[in-house]
Amino acid sequence: MNLEHLSLLQQLMIVLAAVVLFTSFVLLEQARLVAAIHVFAWQGVLVSLVTAIVAASGGLLHLFFSAALTFGLKALLIPWMLHRLVRRLQLDRHREPLPRPALVVMAALALVIFSYWLVLPIVQEELIFTRNIVAVSLAVVLIGLLMMVIRTQAVAQVLGFMSMENGLFLAAVSATGGMPLVVELGVAFDVLVAMVLFGVFFFQIRESIDSLDVDRMNRLTERADDQ
Amino acid sequence: MIKILLFTVFTPLAGAILLIGVRRLSIAGWLNVTVAGATFIAALALAIEVAAEGVITGLVFRIDSFNVYLLVLTAFVGMTTSIFSRPYMQYVCESGKTTERGLRLYHVMYQLFMFTMMLALSTDNLGILWVAIEGATLATVLLVSLYRTPEAIEAAWKYFILCGVGIALALFGTVLLYFAAQHVIDDPAAGLSWSALYAEAARLEPSIMSLAFVFLLVGYGTKVGLVPMHQWLPDAHSEGPTPMSAVLSGLLLNVALYAVVRLKMLVDGSLASTTSPQLAGYLLMGFGLVSFLVAGLFLHRQRDIKRMFSYSSIEHMGLMTFAFGLGGPLATFGALLHMLVHSLTKSAIFVTVGHAAHIAGTQTIDHIRGLIRTQPAVGWSLLIGVAAIAGFPPFGVFTSEFLLLTATMQAQPVFTVALLVGLVVAFAGLFRHLHPMVYGTAPEGQMPVRANMVPVMVHLGLVLWLGISIPGFLARWLDRATELITGVNLL
Amino acid sequence: MNASSWVLLPIQALLYIALAPLLAGWVRKIKARLQNRRGAPIWQPYRDIYKLFTKETRIAHTASPLFGIAPYVVFSATLLAVTAVPLLSIASPASAIADVIVIAGLLALARFFLSLAGMDVGTAFGGMGASREMFVSALAEPAMLMAVFTLAMTAHSTNLASVVDYQLHNGEILRPSYMFALAGLVLVAIAETGRIPVDNPATHLELTMIHEAMILEYSGRHLAMMDWAAQLKLLLYGVLLANVFFPWGIAQEMSAAALSVAFAVIVLKLALLGVLLAVSETVLAKMRVFRVTAFLNLALLFALLGLLSHVILEVGA
Repeated sequence: MNLEHLSLLQQLMIVLAAVVLFTSFVLLEQARLVAAIHVFAWQGVLVSLVTAIVAASGGLLHLFFSAALTFGLKALLIPWMLHRLVRRLQLDRHREPLPRPALVVMAALALVIFSYWLVLPIVQEELIFTRNIVAVSLAVVLIGLLMMVIRTQAVAQVLGFMSMENGLFLAAVSATGGMPLVVELGVAFDVLVAMVLFGVFFFQIRESIDSLDVDRMNRLTERADDQ
Repeated sequence: MIKILLFTVFTPLAGAILLIGVRRLSIAGWLNVTVAGATFIAALALAIEVAAEGVITGLVFRIDSFNVYLLVLTAFVGMTTSIFSRPYMQYVCESGKTTERGLRLYHVMYQLFMFTMMLALSTDNLGILWVAIEGATLATVLLVSLYRTPEAIEAAWKYFILCGVGIALALFGTVLLYFAAQHVIDDPAAGLSWSALYAEAARLEPSIMSLAFVFLLVGYGTKVGLVPMHQWLPDAHSEGPTPMSAVLSGLLLNVALYAVVRLKMLVDGSLASTTSPQLAGYLLMGFGLVSFLVAGLFLHRQRDIKRMFSYSSIEHMGLMTFAFGLGGPLATFGALLHMLVHSLTKSAIFVTVGHAAHIAGTQTIDHIRGLIRTQPAVGWSLLIGVAAIAGFPPFGVFTSEFLLLTATMQAQPVFTVALLVGLVVAFAGLFRHLHPMVYGTAPEGQMPVRANMVPVMVHLGLVLWLGISIPGFLARWLDRATELITGVNLL
Repeated sequence: MNASSWVLLPIQALLYIALAPLLAGWVRKIKARLQNRRGAPIWQPYRDIYKLFTKETRIAHTASPLFGIAPYVVFSATLLAVTAVPLLSIASPASAIADVIVIAGLLALARFFLSLAGMDVGTAFGGMGASREMFVSALAEPAMLMAVFTLAMTAHSTNLASVVDYQLHNGEILRPSYMFALAGLVLVAIAETGRIPVDNPATHLELTMIHEAMILEYSGRHLAMMDWAAQLKLLLYGVLLANVFFPWGIAQEMSAAALSVAFAVIVLKLALLGVLLAVSETVLAKMRVFRVTAFLNLALLFALLGLLSHVILEVGA
């Protein structure tokens, strides 16, 4: 693929996709919860920017709507909800550095390479541009997954989950120019409901184990059965 | 025509909205049963329509011979479980495990769950299918934590996170699918329509489709409970209220598997002309077989009765996944039949287990003893149910498993051994625990409970009937579904 | 290569030597102004160097001959490295050796002698400074090489002149890899030239000092050479950043007009960079030595992301 042949908007898309990937790394490493929420909000802004760019380059009206939806949901509403929850749970000053940051970053980089390897079988010339952005989105999804695995704090896990969703939005927008509107609305609704339920669960978990460290929830393992 | 369809799908939603407003619990219980009954009747009417018309399409819906039988099954199990849950949940509320608010939440969420199931089954749009299956998680997750015990909250969190991640991967697969579709189907709005994609399956880009299928399989496979993504399933089943376990095992797993099979059909069409046309099938066979064997082994070490039966669900879902992967008319027919009988049997078992746990006051297998003496109806139901699920003749599970074994013997003889071993291991695991529970000495003062065994009887009766002779209309029905999936009919 | 370009080579080297203290003085001046001080005039570094050269040079009793040689080695290695970086023109004969790996090697040589000299006398500070310097460079060097390789992969050459040339002709394209490489190199440059937040060049008093700890025993012309070498290094990174990422203005042929434009442009770019550096040093606080790892890991991450985004998003074959 030759970068020179891409339009300026497409180049901008590539740059933004790369920055989204970078925010994923920052989110992964961020120790302070509140700062992590801000990073997540910025990621949402970037994803909605990408959506707006695709809309502008294709002249697709419904995508502008979807950009606004993404912005409202991912950059404003969900971060605001998380912020409020964190304040009500008195976790404003919570920080939890990664145990082995270098190792985690290496794992995340490995995931980036893995996602690229996954899409490599797609070789048609006209698909390559999209394929590469799909690889980056997949990397964002997988890094979100990694974050959910290594973080033991419930709010941080939810941030990982939501950043996975950001990766999915990015993939949907860049690969396909947005899903049909009804699906997009459905997905946004599901994400919103999930966020509300997560909020409910934070309180239930804290009531139950007096902490949001989900590693302490270990009553239901197969090993417990052996005792 | 479309009216019946809309009525079938949206009755549960309307019921849920109605139930939000109902404060009297006795009324709510009956309303729940009424709505579920109405849904079932509508589904039956729809089935008759489909039998006459072939395929019904409209809006974003499409009913063909494959999903119509699942619709009827879902509505039926939903109805019988609601009948069971009315007195059962009242007992739960009286015993102080949950509050009246919790019970209202239960009723609303039950109908919302039914709505998502109906929507997932009837829609033609793969995006809406995703939204519905994710919606099913959201509707049930609060019910899993209904009792608010630390275990229940842990199980719910695990369920939420694991299924959330799984389903997110499935969405990624759906996006890839849409990506592949865009280069084939001109109308972007039709790009996620299953029927449009199926018509053009051969032109879909194979490399994208196979990648998409891996994500979709992992995603929906999490919901099916395939090993190693099954971790949530035993926890959610054991900690949630019993009616929830019955519908999760009987319905949700089926619907997720339904989604996988639909997608496999697309991928098979796309990969037909490549060097690895069987890729999707092999993946399903691999995941299915592993789930089947691992779950069979795990059956042995369970101490919680509902946990044990949830492993049995994983085992059977593994078997069906394997069969769908194997392909061919015989295996597919067997798998469809197995879906049917497993749903009926497993929901009957969970209902019985609910009563058994009620009698014993615990879910721990070691403390459930002498059911047949305390309350013969429950003891016998459990005995018969387990005999049926373990694949004893003359029950329907035996028929379907026999068909599956025959198909395996024809297509891939090597795996027959693995299947037989797995069946024996699972059988041993179940009966080892069952015997003392049913025949052991009942503890002092163990009293019978108020139990409505009619749903169980009906389910087990149907399974018995299907084992002795499959009625002609049902056989034709399944055969048409087989023809839809494999392109060849069996009968 | 004609004769005039060979003449340019020593001129460029002399320009580097002459400009280096000016940049340091400029940054100091801006910083002082930002802190509401009037500050020393910007040619104060020249005066300091002159003063040090006229002063007596004392050597500790415990010092080995290496202690005396080190300043010359450090200065000449740094000077060699800096001459390889195109300052005014990419058509200079030095372009042939303007390989980033050579530059990294020469800088490593300078650092090696600097650290040895730091440990030579056997004082506590010298050894501590040397070990910290090695610690920082062990983390910074891979990041720098990785960032530079990102550029090299785009231009298909590790030669700086070709990299600059490529960027000059294809520069209007937005490249995420360049962005990441730039960010990575900026962080590396800050660490390598001992600026805030990694090291504080303005003090001898902190226990966390790195560079100053190593040259604590030097005096007279030795100290002048060491200081000058440090200023050269700052200039080197400045020119590297300015000319590789924003090469517009650099001369592509050997005409007097082009060269004088190039000179004006590079002075402007360096002045701007100096302001940025001064602002960032005013805003940021020095971090604890143990946090430096995280800082340089970030640089490495930038560099790796640059490499990956180049491979994934830009080539993507």
